[in-house]
Amino acid sequence: MRRDIFQAIADPTRRAIIGLIALQAMTPNAIAEHFDATRQAVSKHLRILTECELVKQQHQGREIYYSLEIEKMKEIDRWLDQYRKIWETRFNQLDQVLSTIKKQRK
Amino acid sequence: MNTALLFDFSVNREDKTIQIKREFNAGLELVWQAWTTAELLDQWWAPKPYRSKTKSLDFKEGGMWLYAMISPENEALWCKADYEKIEQQKIVSWLDAFCDENGTENTLKPRSHWTNSFTEENGVTTVSVVLRHDSVEDIETMIAMGFKEGFTMCMQNLDELLLGR
Repeated sequence: MRRDIFQAIADPTRRAIIGLIALQAMTPNAIAEHFDATRQAVSKHLRILTECELVKQQHQGREIYYSLEIEKMKEIDRWLDQYRKIWETRFNQLDQVLSTIKKQRK
Repeated sequence: MNTALLFDFSVNREDKTIQIKREFNAGLELVWQAWTTAELLDQWWAPKPYRSKTKSLDFKEGGMWLYAMISPENEALWCKADYEKIEQQKIVSWLDAFCDENGTENTLKPRSHWTNSFTEENGVTTVSVVLRHDSVEDIETMIAMGFKEGFTMCMQNLDELLLGR
């Protein structure tokens, strides 16, 4: 099943997982240690991330290591940046306008 | 950005909305003016390096705000908002569109429906924006807005990683 990439990263635990394995490839056990969630829940998150091709698996001996698909992440980042910046810029500009007017009125 | 002020994004795929919440360090009356008068809107509405220039703003239900987003190269992109519901200092909703300089809409992009609600507490005004879209495709490109700090951190990690390669 091909999942929706944005839905995959709409979940805070999955975002945190991405943050972890951005630095180094990790086993599911090592990842699970960072969360209160059950090992099972973490596995499910990893499966979703894998299905979205956001993370890749590498087998080393009996262990599976998860790491980030950099290109895919960059793709999301480009989307993100665009939208986030538009709103942040807008609102910061409004902050400026409001504070200028408040000073004038004093 | 002033991190003490709330800035919140969430996305709901089911009802095809994006919800944005932002606190502003000013009273309700002033924030309301900033969202509803041409003079103030033109000072902040267009994200830099663009600027916005209002041609006309008829602030009433059924009225229209017609303005141009002007690029650094001085190219104008005409936009409009058709006001639907207005409750003074509480709610303003409109339907946006790209158009020509006379306000005749085109189909460059699907229209979004905006509902903006205003509340004040202790001199801080909270604006809640609900952006409703017709299709999930429109939303998908914006779903990414559902997270900010956590993901920004993650991206910094990613930058470090990329630098290290």
